[in-house]
Order: sequence, then C-alpha cells, then structure tokens
Amino acid sequence: MTMAALYVPARSRRAVLHRLPAGAKLLALLVAVCALVAAADTAVAPASAAAAALLHPLCGLGVRTALRTLRALAPFLAAIALFQWLAGDWQAAARVSGQLAAAALLAALVTASTRVSEMLDLFERLARPLARFGANPRRVALVLALTIRCIPLVASAWRASREAYIARGLRGRPDAMVVPVIVGMLRSADALGEALTARGID
Amino acid sequence: MTLRLERVSHAYDGRPVLRDVDLELSEHRIGLIGANGSGKSTLARTLNGLVLPDSGRVLVDGLDTRRHAREIRRRVGFVFSDASAQIVMPTVAEDVAIGLRRSGLGAAEQRARVEAVLERHGLAGHRDHPAHLLSGGQRQMLALASVLVTEPEVLVCDEPTTLLDLRNTAVVAQALRELPQQVVLATHHLDTVSGFDRVLVMDDGRVVFDGAPADAVAHYTALMGVDAGAARPDGGAGSGPRRSGGGYRP
Repeated sequence: MTMAALYVPARSRRAVLHRLPAGAKLLALLVAVCALVAAADTAVAPASAAAAALLHPLCGLGVRTALRTLRALAPFLAAIALFQWLAGDWQAAARVSGQLAAAALLAALVTASTRVSEMLDLFERLARPLARFGANPRRVALVLALTIRCIPLVASAWRASREAYIARGLRGRPDAMVVPVIVGMLRSADALGEALTARGID
Repeated sequence: MTLRLERVSHAYDGRPVLRDVDLELSEHRIGLIGANGSGKSTLARTLNGLVLPDSGRVLVDGLDTRRHAREIRRRVGFVFSDASAQIVMPTVAEDVAIGLRRSGLGAAEQRARVEAVLERHGLAGHRDHPAHLLSGGQRQMLALASVLVTEPEVLVCDEPTTLLDLRNTAVVAQALRELPQQVVLATHHLDTVSGFDRVLVMDDGRVVFDGAPADAVAHYTALMGVDAGAARPDGGAGSGPRRSGGGYRP
C-alpha cells in the first residue's frame, strides 16, 4: 500500500493545501473531477494528470510520491486502458486512464493534506440532515474514519499471509493466501469492534 | 471504587470459562494470573461490560453492567493485549482525541488533554505519525494514552505486555505502577504484579488463590508445576518444568 492514503504532516511553509479547510478541498476535488469528465478531451485528461502530479509540492510532497501513487495504480489503469482500446479506440483509452489518474492524484492530495479528524467533522456536519431519517451522523463519520484506518490493516494482513505462504514453501497457489487474509480481517474487525465498545465509541 | 462479582458464571459455546465467581475488588492494585484459558481475560472483560455473564451479576460501584454499560465504560477503561486492534484513527493524536468526541469538553480543553497525555506517555514527538507504524511498545503506550485521556477511575488491562519485549514490558509496567487510577491487571508476566496489593490466581474458571503477590506467584507456579524462577520473565535460575508433583500442563 504505497498509495498516499494517509495524512502527511506539513513539513514546510510551501504546504499551502494543509491550511485550507477540508470542505474547500473536497469541493475543489469534486469540481475538478466533474470538469475533467465533462471536458472528455483526449489531450486534457493526461495533461490534468501531469498537472495533479506537479501540484504535489503544494502539500509538501515530492513529485516522486505522485509517481509512486501512479505505480500502485498502474495495473488497474493498464487493464482499463486495454479494455477501452479493444472496445473503442486508443483515444478513449488515453482519455479514460488519464481522467482516472488525475482523479486519483487529486484525491491523494486531499487525503495527504487533511487530517482524518477534520474529514470526520466535515462528514458529521454534512450527514446532520440525515438525522431526520434516523441516521446517526456520528456513526456515518466513524464508518469513514474506520474505512481509512483499515487500509494499513488490510495491507498488514496481506503481508503476513504472503510471508507465511513463502515461509511454508508454497508455490503456484496464490489463491491459498486469500482465505488467511479474509480470516485475519474478520478477526481484526472483531477486535476493532470490541475496542470501540470498550472505549465507548459506538 | 468497588467492583463486585456475584456468583458470576460464563461459557463460550458451552465451554465454561467462569464458574460461580464471587469477588469484591476495592484495592488500588489488583493482579490476575493464571494459565491460558483459566478465565482471567473473561473475568477482566466482565468488569467493564464487554462480556455480560450468563448468570450472576457484576456491579461497578453499585451499577449493574447489564443496565449501565455506557456509564460503566466511561468509568472503567480497558487496555487489550494487542494494541493494534485498539487503534481506531490513522494518526497518534487523532486516535487519542477520538475518545473525547462525546465528552462534551470544548475543543481547546480536548487539545490540552490530548497534548498532556501524549507528553506523559512519551508520545509527544509522534503526534502526527501513522499509529500503525509505531513500535510495539509505543503502540501499547498509545493504547494506554487513548484510554487514560478520558480519565477513567479504574483501568482494566488484559495482558498488556504479552506481545512486548522485556524492555517495553518494563516501560509499560512502570507506567501502570505510576498511575493514580485503580488498576486491575491480567498478566502472564509475574514480575509486573510485584508490589500489588492483591493478586488472584485463576484456574479452570475459578479463583483458586487470593492473597499477597509473592504467595500468589508461589501458588500459581506450584499449580503449573514449574519453578518460580523459570516462570519469571528474567528466567531466574530455574530449571523449567518439574517432572513430578502437580504435573506439567501445557
């Protein structure tokens, strides 16, 4: 999980994105992604991805971080591009993969420059109208926080399963890693639920 | 604060883990020792309502865990052996702070409390670090800090040093010793209960000894059929499992 999925503390004055409120950043992300999709331009989409990568220094991250994010996404982007090429043409492939790369890089900028607690506050505020329909805004926000928290948990369960697979000398059966990961995740979910109850966060 | 168990029994899938336990706990430092599966973790979990007994009742300062779970959890903090499972938020300070979201405290006071507890537990320099990247010892200190920030009156710890090395075990044990709160500590590290006011030995769901730490450790090691020295984390000069007497039970 090398994607910039978590908050990166501001290390310099150049980290201007950290100073912006979470709501403004999420709104900007929404507008940018909508504009990107509406433009549907073969040249604009890859150029937007490059621009999003160049924006990384604005939250104190190097362009290398953007490249790492793209590398993690590469298999998915390649598969989608291939499908688009086969189903349509190369322009559609370049456009769709460029749009996805740009959206992922911009979203990574938001997560890297925004504390989860700020997101939590924002989502709690946004979810308040849902209280009229019986939804609990605190729980909606907590689900979001737990989703982000679970990224490293899944990564760690996968790593442990892979190490056990290699240590036992198993080969040619990558599916054998899936069951231990699922079991590990279910156990983690159980333990996390118990911890939430014990800490009175329910 | 007085924690009272009245004829408490509990079973998992038909396997009894607590059998008719009657206890009153009011001492400042209370240890729970016993083999794996002896019932000490389940007993610890009943104290803040994580486990509700099949029969009997648990009273925390007169409040029944069945009916006053929320109030009891506010007053009785719980620390697990696997600190990773207790971490809810991605960064250290956020994880400590989330416990205060429903406290009714103002933002400034919440921040001050978080800073103070991070400072006290040696985590001030890690406030923005990803919690899952901390070392095992730091993670356990974070788990402790996350619970203590809500200022519970009692702290129940279920084997908090089991996954730690000797150095981190000593750090966590020292932190527990210095707490002003009443502490109930279930542990396999027998050294950590030295100096406690009272230590209970559990076996097969029952409290089989209740007394001073040295006597409790002697009773437990005899029960397990091992030298007291070998059972301590430093290894002592013991010779390991005894081949006669009570018999070695893995």
